[in-house]
Amino acid sequence: MTQSQLQTNEAALIKSVCSGEREAFYELVRPYERMIYATAISVVKNPADAEEVAQEAVLKAFSHLSSFRAEAKFSTWLVQITYNEARMRVKKARPHLYESIDDQQQNEEGDFWPKDYADWRPIPSELLEQNEIQQAVQDAINSLTPSYREVLVLRDVQHLSIKETSTILGISEPNVKTRLHRARLLLRDRLAPGIDGSWIKGQPYRKARAW
Amino acid sequence: MVKKEGRMATIEISCVEVWREISNYLDEEISPELRERMEAHFKTCAHCTAVLDGTRNVVGLVGDGRVFQMPDGFSKRLYKKLQNLP
Repeated sequence: MTQSQLQTNEAALIKSVCSGEREAFYELVRPYERMIYATAISVVKNPADAEEVAQEAVLKAFSHLSSFRAEAKFSTWLVQITYNEARMRVKKARPHLYESIDDQQQNEEGDFWPKDYADWRPIPSELLEQNEIQQAVQDAINSLTPSYREVLVLRDVQHLSIKETSTILGISEPNVKTRLHRARLLLRDRLAPGIDGSWIKGQPYRKARAW
Repeated sequence: MVKKEGRMATIEISCVEVWREISNYLDEEISPELRERMEAHFKTCAHCTAVLDGTRNVVGLVGDGRVFQMPDGFSKRLYKKLQNLP
């Protein structure tokens, strides 16, 4: 389905929902379930809270559907609602832990220096099927500060465009690029195969530092 | 080929400049001219190539679709919530 077919199809479903066909709403949301969940968990971090946030966001989207404007993409709107819902929950639960955007700005100054330069060959796909690898990736993502984590999840997990990410997070496009860059390089440092030696068994990973 | 600034005259773009643009390079968000300079640099600099490969691997790992899987029964519970709306 092309983007315009998808939007036409979604517009028809939205019309149905607004005229009382509740079942059509589930059809509208179904393709984005994982997107909603991943957005929620990238902010709240734990699966149970993420599920609650996702449910709240979907219910909110349902009750505000008539305010959705067709010039936006439905998925962007939905992710934006989820993101706001998740952020609100974190602020309510742990206000002191949630860094404000202003606090983050200063960390983005200066260049990023990679920790080491060891050669890291392509990761075989079958390795990804191992639960511990998926867990290691999730843990590494969770270890990022919120402003980096949110950009990374929207761009690299959800494959949203720079423009969509900028709209959802309310930050400029250059800012999206800077944060994404930092997030990716930080993850690379944290996920380097040598961290726990468990990536490729029997092949010890040697750190190569230039200084 | 990470050397102190003064010794990089033979390289058209420095390692630090390459790292700054690695993410934009992967997203094809750079000018063709910069891309060309970076590609020339990767040919001669094993360190920057390692950083590039590692970053590409990270993007692949994170975007694989198996990370952040929904918990079992997620869809069912969501559907139920929607059904129970007043």
